[in-house]
Amino acid sequence: MNNQYDMLSPEALRKIDREVAKYPADQKQSAVMAALVIAQDEKGWLPKETIAAVASYLGMAPIAAYEVASFYNMYDLQPVGKYKLTVCTNLPCALSGGVHAADYVKEKLGIDFNETTADGKFTLKEGECMGACGDAPVMLVNNKRMCSFMLPEQIDKLLAECE
Amino acid sequence: MALIATINPLLTTGWFKGDAGWSLKDYEARGGYAQLKRILSTKMTQDDLIAEVKKSVLRGRGGAGFPTGLKWSFMPKAAPEKYVVCNTDEGEPGTFKDRDLMRFDPHSVIEGMIIAGYAVGAKLGYNYIHGEIFEIYQRFEEALDQARAAGYLGNNILGSDFSFDLFAHHGWGAYICGEETGLLESIEGKKGQPRYKPPFPANFGLYGKPTTINNTETFAAIPFILGMGGEAYLNLGKPNNGGTKLFSVSGHVNRPGNYEVPMGTPFAKLLEMAGGMRGGRKLKAVIPGGSSAPVLPADVMMDCTMDYDSIAKAGSMLGSGAVIVMDETVCMVKALERLSYFYYEESCGQCTPCREGSGWLYRVVHRIEHGEGRAEDLDLLNRVTDNMMGKTICALADAAAFPVRSFIKHFKSEFEYHIENKKCLVDPEIQRAGSGFFKVGAA
Ligand SMILES: Cc1cc2nc3c(=O)[nH]c(=O)nc-3n(C[C@H](O)[C@H](O)[C@H](O)COP(=O)(O)O)c2cc1C
Ligand code: SF4
Ligand code: FES
Repeated sequence: MNNQYDMLSPEALRKIDREVAKYPADQKQSAVMAALVIAQDEKGWLPKETIAAVASYLGMAPIAAYEVASFYNMYDLQPVGKYKLTVCTNLPCALSGGVHAADYVKEKLGIDFNETTADGKFTLKEGECMGACGDAPVMLVNNKRMCSFMLPEQIDKLLAECE
Repeated sequence: MALIATINPLLTTGWFKGDAGWSLKDYEARGGYAQLKRILSTKMTQDDLIAEVKKSVLRGRGGAGFPTGLKWSFMPKAAPEKYVVCNTDEGEPGTFKDRDLMRFDPHSVIEGMIIAGYAVGAKLGYNYIHGEIFEIYQRFEEALDQARAAGYLGNNILGSDFSFDLFAHHGWGAYICGEETGLLESIEGKKGQPRYKPPFPANFGLYGKPTTINNTETFAAIPFILGMGGEAYLNLGKPNNGGTKLFSVSGHVNRPGNYEVPMGTPFAKLLEMAGGMRGGRKLKAVIPGGSSAPVLPADVMMDCTMDYDSIAKAGSMLGSGAVIVMDETVCMVKALERLSYFYYEESCGQCTPCREGSGWLYRVVHRIEHGEGRAEDLDLLNRVTDNMMGKTICALADAAAFPVRSFIKHFKSEFEYHIENKKCLVDPEIQRAGSGFFKVGAA
């Protein structure tokens, strides 16, 4: 029988080990946030079985890992498009076009917040302050890449770049 | 965002080369790690070190403004296992200074944390970094590798008998993890729900062990304070408000960005440094310390200086130093609606007054904004805030209440107009033009 971790690649497990090593030996659970991100990057989102596999690897109860996955906003507990765009619409950004940028993307892609385009390419999310309000409008691509000063031309360019 | 202007650069000395000046050799070239070396080679005592920080009257830059030296002195001396934690979970709307600090000068944060570790007797530290700035998290990890390779981290630092190691931990989208005990829970691999206090982190912190937790900017200031001496640092600012401070200026100015100025600099000067009002429009209101701080009308703000005491006297808080500038194109009801949504969305749900109250606030402001407000709604909003403030585990409930109370207090007629006329006082076309997103003349 295959072992229960073969849902995650050896590469992913190696990355998780690197996170575990940051914490005291009896505090492996501290690595769960990073481990879930590593798993999400590999799977595209976090199915329950993947969360359970992460939990088991770290020696924690599946429910404890699930609680973490559902508490933090950037874990995707449902499938998302190839590109997840998160636009900050909080007040400081809105003053410099955050809401208008989100409206612009909605119109271009024909979707609302929390929807995915029919071809599965884009998912749009509304974000809270990303700590980058001086660069408004700002947008995250797949959680990790921040795009600044997203006026219409820059948005057009970004969408065109996404293959 | 590259630096645009500053008076007395300290924290921003390393920013002038933009992304080309963050690495270890650059930091060392501008005098970096010299203070750590001095402390270790002279075997400075912990008490002397803390006394120097106390002299500077450095107050925590994360929002509460608590004196840093005093906080460090609360750490029990005898405890065998202690931690130092840095709060880079910068998520308070309007605040973006820690991101630039970590981007342009990560080693100043590292040196500050190592020195803090020495002062409080901790051997291990963590820097908790906002999930949304993953690229900065990666850079910080690189900086840690550089510091470790150079012998500034690890066992027997620079041949001394002091050992300290430091690691980065990232969040993944939860404002509440900026609250220090929520943050500690999060490092432990749990939901970031704040703990009851007392006990405070100095007694019961990470993994239940004594922990010193400070903001990124607080740690970054430490090497500079030790370099110039606590008293000289204090004198840069004004009494009880030592040193310089980073202000994140956002909203309707010509050059949003971070500005480092001495404490006590007039707001008018800061506004001028940020390029003045966008399009030459009129200043309407300012939130001077992040979205959780009460809003101040233009005339009150123009009389303030940028320091804890002046802003407090005017009825608000310096908070994190996030200055949100709003001009006459802003509908105050709509502005408040967005902030109220934020607190409702981010409440961790443990306390009934916060969980239910933040929902009430958002729904009532929402209905006023959408033309369904009732005559009694302003009283209702104030009553709901009465039932939230000071009645919860953490200060998020107060943070949700302050904007509501202050917006109504200072802009009551605008709320009343909304309720009576079922529309904004500020013409929607004017509001739309305010953001600068659409080219002038375009549809
Ligand atoms: C809801 C909430 C959010 C907070 N967010 C932050 C934050 O993003 N960064 C920060 O440094 N402090 C934040 N704080 C303040 C911390 O709890 C804590 O006071 C601070 O990290 C202490 O560091 P300092 O003394 O250096 O300011 C927040 C507090 C509350 C109640
Ligand atoms: S006040 Fe709100 S955010 Fe803070 S612990 Fe209570 S429910 Fe959570
Ligand atoms: S409000 Fe959008 S990044 Fe801060």
